Amino acid sequence: MGRITLEKVQKKFGEVEVIPPLDLTIEDGEFVVFVGPSGCGKSTLLRLIAGLEDVSDGEIRIDGKPATDLPPAKRGLAMVFQSYALYPHMTVRKNIAFPMKMAGMDQAEQDRRIAKAAGALNLTDYLDRRPGQLSGGQRQRVAIGRAIVREPAAFLFDEPLSNLDAALRVGMRMEISELHKSLETTMIYVTHDQVEAMTMADKIVVLRAGHIEQVGSPLELYKAPRNVFVAGFIGSPKMNLLGGSHAAAHDCTTIGIRPEHLDVVASGGTFTGRVGVAEHLGSDTFFHVHVDGIAEPMTVRAGGEVGLTHGDTIHLVPQADKVHRFDDKGLRIA
Amino acid sequence: MARAISTNKKIMWTSLAWGFGLVMFFPILWTFLTSFKSEATAIADPPVWFLFDWTLENYTAVQERSNYPLALSNSIIIAVGSTILGILIAVPAAWAMAFVPGKRTKDVLLWMLSTKMLPAVGVLYPLVLLAKWLGVMDSRILLIVVLMLINLPIIVWMLYTYFREIPGEILEAARMDGASLRNEIIYVLTPMAVPGIASTILLNIILAWNEAFWTILLTTVDAAPLTKFIASFSAPEGLFYAKLSAASMMAIAPILIMGWFSQKQLVRGLTFGAVK
Repeated sequence: MGRITLEKVQKKFGEVEVIPPLDLTIEDGEFVVFVGPSGCGKSTLLRLIAGLEDVSDGEIRIDGKPATDLPPAKRGLAMVFQSYALYPHMTVRKNIAFPMKMAGMDQAEQDRRIAKAAGALNLTDYLDRRPGQLSGGQRQRVAIGRAIVREPAAFLFDEPLSNLDAALRVGMRMEISELHKSLETTMIYVTHDQVEAMTMADKIVVLRAGHIEQVGSPLELYKAPRNVFVAGFIGSPKMNLLGGSHAAAHDCTTIGIRPEHLDVVASGGTFTGRVGVAEHLGSDTFFHVHVDGIAEPMTVRAGGEVGLTHGDTIHLVPQADKVHRFDDKGLRIA
Repeated sequence: MARAISTNKKIMWTSLAWGFGLVMFFPILWTFLTSFKSEATAIADPPVWFLFDWTLENYTAVQERSNYPLALSNSIIIAVGSTILGILIAVPAAWAMAFVPGKRTKDVLLWMLSTKMLPAVGVLYPLVLLAKWLGVMDSRILLIVVLMLINLPIIVWMLYTYFREIPGEILEAARMDGASLRNEIIYVLTPMAVPGIASTILLNIILAWNEAFWTILLTTVDAAPLTKFIASFSAPEGLFYAKLSAASMMAIAPILIMGWFSQKQLVRGLTFGAVK
């Protein structure tokens, strides 16, 4: 079981309020991702749940039981750190065994769980090596192994992939998702990378300056961002956000159009501009289009083989029902 | 990129370094030579360098006249004892200051260091009175405690510096893994700090071994270590340079040999963290 509830949880460092009072419920078995720009308080929130930081006010419950004042070890949670935080003087086997040793588990059970975890994480051949002799991806697996053998109520991941190279990151992303499917244990995952959030999460929590901006499934956030911040943060490439007369035409302060919701037409169109940089991804092409009267270039997704090059004139029409509208406070207008 | 250094410069710096090294080493060399001279040769003017009748008579005389084994064992017990006691106190202290620093941690560290600036003689009188009152004058336990206290600031400072180099996330991981504070120190922190602790131990043994002020003043016979042993050859009967030298050589030989064998560890420990 691993249902975690935060009630009016608040964190201050001295006079500085890092996390204003905040409510959040994480259901058992959910994969929740905290995402936001750096300094938004997502790691602090995770550390509050872990017990590595004390909450200034409010209450944390794990499976209904108050955990606010419990030390980290007593909360039944396991954490995977950004730096892996392996014990450098211990072999992989001892690293994985450490939490079980601390719990006083009998040796036979320890060996059984180590063998199982090592098998699942492809670490069987490395059990007698030290962390220093492993690659980044292997170290990350050891850190995960150390977390799963405890059979915790929930896993906490603090930007676990940010030290890996791009190819490895995609691979580990899949592995962690697989792990979640097979263990069905609650996972809380912190990242600043919205692609990681979109691909892995059941539920995304978007944070800015300690505030929760929106909570929802990846597609909910994508389709109906609650405000301009979420609209701009979720989705890659970014949503085109326009103000002024373009927005006024839709009776609002800001409109947002995702790159894939702009159609290229032969003539006329709502926007006419010049093609700037074109990013050819093979399957798709993203054009950065300079439109008169709009400061930032607009991004347009087109097919893989569109015969437009730098400097060409392009005509764009937004798909009418896909335009997001926001009021003067930046909030979504339904 | 290696810098080009002209041969002349190299020769100059090399001879300068050697010259400096020899000046530093000279007193030990001279003591060594004198310890093999007769008393008459030892005070000959002009001094005799290598061409004299080498003799072991000073070493025999020193052995006969005093109890070298007792002084040696006292030195070992006091140096090792005060070091172990100091480490036991300093590891938790340095842990606290490195990983859960408070507002005044820096001040405490500086204050501890400032006690090293206090002239030792300033506390001699109260310390002697206290020792007499407790009935521990001329006992090993007194010296163990006093030398531990004297070197404690240095031990704490050294360990603090080493502990600061250990990433905090690893200790947090241990906490998440269910380690109690005690287990965290025993299984995670201490093993990772072994190189630092080892060089702290070595340095402290050397400091305690060489400490002369307190060891001479607080002992008479029973707990007298090698420092007292040397001093006893300089006093009343006049100056016996050759015997004094022999006694000195016997006193410094063990620590010199230990230092020689552990110099790699010592240098590594002392520069730990300086180069990353």
